[in-house]
Amino acid sequence: MLSSVCRAVVSKTSHQLRSICRSAAVASDKSFVHRDSPDNNPDTPFQFTPENLKRCETIIANYPKGHEAAACLPLLDLAQRQNDNWLPISAMHKVAEMLKMPRMRVYEVATFYTMFNREPVGKYFIQICTTTPCMLGGVGSDVILDAIRENIGIDVGHTTDDKMFTLAEVECLGACVNAPMVQINDDYYEDLTVEDMHKILNDLKKGVKPKAGPQSGQNHRFASEPKTGLTALSEPPTGPGFGVRADL
Amino acid sequence: MLRLWPVRQLSRIQNALGLTQTAFKSSQPAPAPDLVEVFIDDKQVFVEPGTTVLQACATAGVEIPRFCYHDRLSIAGNCRMCLVEVEKSAKPIASCAMPVMKGMKVKTDSPLTRKAREGVMEFLLVNHPLDCPICDQGGECDLQDQSMAFGSDRSRFTDNAFTGKRAVEDKNIGPLIKTIMTRCIHCTRCIRFASEVAGVDDLGTSGRGTEMQVGTYVEKMFKSELSGNVIDLCPVGALTSKPYAFTTRPWETRRIESIDVMDAVGSNIVVSMRTNEVMRILPRLNEDINEEWISDKTRFAYDGLKRQRLTTPFVRNSKGDLIPTDWETAFFDIADRVKNIVPSSIAGIAGCHTDLETLVCLKDMVNRLGSELLCTEESFPMINSGTDFRSNYVMNTTIAGIEESDLVFLVGTNPRLEGSLVNARIRKSWVHNEMCVFALGAPVDLSYDYQYLGDSFSVLKDIADGTHVLAKALAEAEKPMIILGSDALQKSDSNLILDTVRSIAKNAKKASKHPDWKVFNVLHRNASQVGALDMGYQPGVDILKCNKPNLVFLVGADAGKLTEDDILGNSGVIYIGSHGDAGAQMADVVLPGAAYTEKDAMYVNTEGRAQIGRQAVSPPGMARHDWKIIRALSEILGVTLPYDKLSDVRSRLAEISPTFDRPGRAEETGFEDISDNVVIDKMAVKGTEAPVAPVLLKLRDFYMTDPISRASPTMAKCVQAYDESEKNPYSRPEAS
Repeated sequence: MLSSVCRAVVSKTSHQLRSICRSAAVASDKSFVHRDSPDNNPDTPFQFTPENLKRCETIIANYPKGHEAAACLPLLDLAQRQNDNWLPISAMHKVAEMLKMPRMRVYEVATFYTMFNREPVGKYFIQICTTTPCMLGGVGSDVILDAIRENIGIDVGHTTDDKMFTLAEVECLGACVNAPMVQINDDYYEDLTVEDMHKILNDLKKGVKPKAGPQSGQNHRFASEPKTGLTALSEPPTGPGFGVRADL
Repeated sequence: MLRLWPVRQLSRIQNALGLTQTAFKSSQPAPAPDLVEVFIDDKQVFVEPGTTVLQACATAGVEIPRFCYHDRLSIAGNCRMCLVEVEKSAKPIASCAMPVMKGMKVKTDSPLTRKAREGVMEFLLVNHPLDCPICDQGGECDLQDQSMAFGSDRSRFTDNAFTGKRAVEDKNIGPLIKTIMTRCIHCTRCIRFASEVAGVDDLGTSGRGTEMQVGTYVEKMFKSELSGNVIDLCPVGALTSKPYAFTTRPWETRRIESIDVMDAVGSNIVVSMRTNEVMRILPRLNEDINEEWISDKTRFAYDGLKRQRLTTPFVRNSKGDLIPTDWETAFFDIADRVKNIVPSSIAGIAGCHTDLETLVCLKDMVNRLGSELLCTEESFPMINSGTDFRSNYVMNTTIAGIEESDLVFLVGTNPRLEGSLVNARIRKSWVHNEMCVFALGAPVDLSYDYQYLGDSFSVLKDIADGTHVLAKALAEAEKPMIILGSDALQKSDSNLILDTVRSIAKNAKKASKHPDWKVFNVLHRNASQVGALDMGYQPGVDILKCNKPNLVFLVGADAGKLTEDDILGNSGVIYIGSHGDAGAQMADVVLPGAAYTEKDAMYVNTEGRAQIGRQAVSPPGMARHDWKIIRALSEILGVTLPYDKLSDVRSRLAEISPTFDRPGRAEETGFEDISDNVVIDKMAVKGTEAPVAPVLLKLRDFYMTDPISRASPTMAKCVQAYDESEKNPYSRPEAS
């Protein structure tokens, strides 16, 4: 009798106690304070090439006078592209100087956007999406990640000794229909299988550029169309004037 | 950054070129804005359109909890603590950022509002360390107070092993501000203060999401003369005072309202005192002077009050050593010295921190002894009407008046270091009012853009003659201001400079459309200067150099303007002051006085505003209040002053000038026209080669300027940190 009362009381109170369930936060592998290193310090040489300088001017001219700071993002991107896909602190200083904005405001932009690499990366920067759709779609990103690890012998967040590859795990890159996928530098490789992944990496090692886009996972489809063929918009598109009243 | 392309200046140019388009001009004046009716907890209030809900609540007498919102900073709206329920709104709204709308019904204490606040509080506390017992903010922490008032009464936090709490590394931003960044709740007040008020864009947020942190990204010192204010702004214990760390709790201290004497601005301060020791200095709100900021020297130089102090009288013996003695011996020694000399060769010099009571006692005593040789250390040219008219040597437009001005011309001054709060006012006006600033002097960083006119006197002459472009700009400006730094007037050619600037001001005033607007302003450096000039002290020690006095009373005069060679014979130098600085070293008799936190004293700031500072602690050792020392000495010297109480001295002050009787008010100066017409010697026609330049150029020069700050270890650390930061590549001035 007493025990059942106890049990009832405990079950009642435990229902009323709410608790927040949290998993440990996954911390970023990047540092958000700058530390000088031999290859990244304020004296690291960085100058825009003459062509890029011209492009900078065009970009800056897109924005009204007094709002030059708006060109911060494209200029940083240009600097990163020019500088082997990473952004030394000297490049941030250069951009700040060109846009007449305080350096801290440039640091803020460069640290906010994860696509700016603030430390050197390999020649091929592999970003593998491991968000839910990629993890579940196709063969799943887990096996693709394992394949990459096996092929180039590094784990996430590392660069190979020959500075050829850097592997990064990223959140959704917006190609969920073609899951799983990786982004290598500017190219998307989608509908991946383990064989595709190996082939792509081996090609890159040989210096051959593999064909970007959907791979064999869905029979080398063109884009993101259904596997069973088109289910809508299958007819040729109608021309102008379709469905318009004759007297108009 | 903050200031966009100045549209008004553009339209001025257009006006001048005749390019104004008619479309820009509206023939009808804008209708007077109607007040908006809103209901705060069913209480009807009328507010201006554009007011935020939070402000409307304040007018209704309801205080909304907030962390990121601050009256004097831009609106960020990121802490979400000010969420309130608004009827017919799907979600609670951030009241600090939401403008009022007609008929809005705000519920500041509804269940939804309370739940929203509880939720925000809970999220803030998830990543806030529970280290209140070792946090210096404890007791004056907004987070603590608001979690008591608005937070939940129970915790759902179960991670007691602290596996998941966010941790952020501390930043080293100099010797003044201690950072414990794990406590930061990202209100960004410090960032906005640095960028908007201080004009130093060194702070920012790096990273995003959980990784976001407030800091400098690169390691560098937060180099600003106003940096200490972020300590007050920080609602949590992330930014605290390094010198004050772990010393007292706010509830243990007594707070005494006083006046700062580190510069001539006369910032209003609160002295926190415990067990007869000054623990820290905080700003006190005064909209007319310092708003709610104070400079770093004001805030942190207080530890200089405990070092190098004179605690006992000294008399120099035959070997030339200063020997500690008692008051009686010292007084009789002085009496002996006075007995043997001609009364007219007795002189008195007032130093930079001398209060009005001491000034008047010294003047009365020296006059009664039969001498007129009374002067201040800081010089000011005595040309034309000299210091006969107040308008000749004070900041006539007042500090708050800067906000009305549309053109400021700085001559030979670096207001950022000479009067930091004056500079903060100019910057405020420059950001919000499209003010144009011109400067003649040194190309220093003033935290705002200005047109630099070089440092040559000939430019001034051109402006006076009307041939310079600035002459035209001054004539066209609505309310121009000329701020002349007293720094530039310390050299022999200062007569010329003053006369030329006065004639420029006269021209500008003649052209001005506002007859009541006063153009000419002087920015002094010393807290005692205006009071001393009001009282009839001669500015500068030149008069003594000519007259060669026999006996000199140095009252806190430590600038070393007068050397031993300037004194005739060896009758002596009598020093009355608080610190063993330059003055005490050359003295024959040293009488220990009180520093500004140790006496009830009045000071007149550069605007001519008399203010009363209150005694927080008692003077150390045998030191006494300066005016009482002089009163006692006068009795020994046989010229007893008729003041026994402070109130007697104050009534004597009121006799001398009514401005001394009205503390807190800046009396408007008069007789400008008359003083302009007194031209004894037309100086402006002559020229000089010497540059018109201020003395304080870099922030390094700012920290140690007077006996108190020279004795302060914190200020010494600032100088050291500044020197180190010179080597830091990230601390170099940026190109923009």
